[in-house]
Amino acid sequence: MRIALFITCLSDALFPRAGQATTALLERLGHEVVFPPAQTCCGQMHINTGYQREALRLVEHHADVFADADVIVAPSASCVGSVRHQHATVARRFGRPELADRSAAVAAKTYELCEFLVDVLGVTDVGAYFPHRVTYHPTCHSLRLLRVDDKPLRLLRQVRGLDLKQLPDADQCCGFGGTFALKNAETSSAMLADKMANVLSTRAEVLTAADASCLMHIGGGLTRLSAGSRTLHIAEILAATDTADGRPTR
Amino acid sequence: MSQVFLGMPAHAPADVRALHGTQPFPAAARTALADSQLRRNLGAATATIRGKRAAAVAEVDDWEQLRFAGQQIKAATMARLDEHLIRLEQAVTERGGTVHWARDAAEANRIVTELVKAAGADEVVKVKSMATQEIGLNEALAEAGIAAWETDLAELIVQLGHDTPSHILVPAIHRNRAEVREIFLREMPGVDPDLADDPRELAMAARTHLRRKFLTAQVAVSGANFAVADTGTLVVVESEGNGRMCLTLPPTLITVMGIEKVVPSWADLEVYLQLLPRSSTGERMNPYTSTWSGVTAGDGPQEFHLILLDNGRTAVLADDVGREALHCIRCSACLNVCPVYERTGGHAYGSVYPGPIGAVLTPLLTGVLDNPTLPYASTLCGACFDACPVRIDIPSLLVHLRARSTELRAERRLVPTSEAVAMTVASWVMSKPRLFAWATRAARLGRLIARRGRIRSLPPPLSAWTATRDAPEPPTSTFREWWLNGKERS
Ligand code: SF4
Repeated sequence: MRIALFITCLSDALFPRAGQATTALLERLGHEVVFPPAQTCCGQMHINTGYQREALRLVEHHADVFADADVIVAPSASCVGSVRHQHATVARRFGRPELADRSAAVAAKTYELCEFLVDVLGVTDVGAYFPHRVTYHPTCHSLRLLRVDDKPLRLLRQVRGLDLKQLPDADQCCGFGGTFALKNAETSSAMLADKMANVLSTRAEVLTAADASCLMHIGGGLTRLSAGSRTLHIAEILAATDTADGRPTR
Repeated sequence: MSQVFLGMPAHAPADVRALHGTQPFPAAARTALADSQLRRNLGAATATIRGKRAAAVAEVDDWEQLRFAGQQIKAATMARLDEHLIRLEQAVTERGGTVHWARDAAEANRIVTELVKAAGADEVVKVKSMATQEIGLNEALAEAGIAAWETDLAELIVQLGHDTPSHILVPAIHRNRAEVREIFLREMPGVDPDLADDPRELAMAARTHLRRKFLTAQVAVSGANFAVADTGTLVVVESEGNGRMCLTLPPTLITVMGIEKVVPSWADLEVYLQLLPRSSTGERMNPYTSTWSGVTAGDGPQEFHLILLDNGRTAVLADDVGREALHCIRCSACLNVCPVYERTGGHAYGSVYPGPIGAVLTPLLTGVLDNPTLPYASTLCGACFDACPVRIDIPSLLVHLRARSTELRAERRLVPTSEAVAMTVASWVMSKPRLFAWATRAARLGRLIARRGRIRSLPPPLSAWTATRDAPEPPTSTFREWWLNGKERS
């Protein structure tokens, strides 16, 4: 299968490892991976902050860039959520039904990585090896927008050497919320404090999730406190093998 | 008096204080977050209700179908709201009641005050009601020399504590029993000075206090959970029985009801009376469901007035996305599951309607520019939508209101905020792949201020992030560079 990577602006600029791991994993599973270089950003931050007119350009650009792709995979539940649940609505809001149709067509072939592995490729054992204690945070958009359910956990359970710990109150939001983290920084931090307490209670070395954005938030809190747990995108764990264990080199 | 022009639905006037906070949400939240007592009280109470609700909902096999039905009945009703309201008026009138129409809070308060005076009373007993909170009825009555006694236990605690409600269903959720005992000792006339903070003892003290009021009051004021248009029947759902006392003992009954509470028929109640108790208190069935149609000779109140309140609701109805907020049955499930509400409590929202539904309904009623920070008081985590018994898509409504807010600012040619400028520039850069690639590479400059893989401090507005969180050190090459350079490990 020829898979077009939708890398997302955050992963492109700040977390390229999540994208590199996604590439490595999909190639290891025998698929051709392409990166349409004109891609930029899905516009979710604009939409969720109230700037839909500005987002309209990005919605249109995204629909153009991915129009010809067979299937699109992104290492981000929330960006996939935006493409699937917001793009056509934005187009319609500005009287662009033809764009709404094109956006809907792109959305129909766009998948979050874990969804793609389990639902489309039908695999749960991706041949990964990761000998560490891990806990998993189901991000709000993976859980309640995409309804990925326990797919990421099914993938993690098949990883050799991985000691999976249940995260208490896992379905509680970490407090990121995009620009919420700036506009309501104190409330965001209060939510983060509880999430970190739950993560630390598992004594996991690694906290993983399907969104680099939420991990940037929780991870930023953990390193600030020198808490001793680190964050890794789930793609990095699933891509790790016994020749390269995915431990960050930075 | 406010002016209403045909075809231009009016928002709730700016002097409706119960819909306007004195501070923006982030500032009010800051105060609440620092109150450790409040945090513990709220955390414990919401966790308990969440657990009860989850168990009660899990028992019902067709819960999701019920939610769909609840959503569809409301949507169909709103589409013909005018017809249903006129049918309701006819049915109530035929059964001996009197119907009044109030376009806003001031008008509704004036009607109630005149009715109480006409009954020759200087005090009223009240059934817990959100509509009368919204219009500030108690304050308006007090100005006219009429005392209003709240009879719902939690509402009584709020009233005696000279406080404001912080939850739709449990208005004193921010108080624990030690605080309640203290309020009773201080404010309740004739209370036993040895009162303990045991829930039963506290309830008995309130009972003694209230019983005197029930037996002497000449007028009762209530809200309504539903009104059946077919038969002109009003419905109040409560769990203490104090509401029923108010609804049956005083000779005059005045009900203030938002116009969105009408349902066409009794068959519709079947759906909501299943959805409401399980969602609100986690009970299978509601303990006291009172229904009445007009007046019945020799039984219950002999005079009944129904006030149909607009106060911004037709403006909400005119918003083709926002109108969904009118489907709310005030169960408060969305509050109890909201991670923001759980930490800030209700007062931070500055409105009688707090939590997720408040963050949409309040700005919809007042106009979003009057409550510009409320639509942003959410992470869009979606827990509210999953809990809502009538499937109101609150996250989408929040996103819609955020857009309305920036659009209205632009339309009114208000000075663009620095945020608006940044967003415009960003969207332009992001729509041009080459510029975008350049901008992501430029992020690498952040490496200059990074230490050991993280950035500990950034200038405003990003300082709000680094106050409590490190920012990641930008990588040596972007994903795009890595790909275009033949995927070499950097
Ligand atoms: S919005 Fe839904 S969950 Fe919230 S109070 Fe209203 S009916 Fe209940």
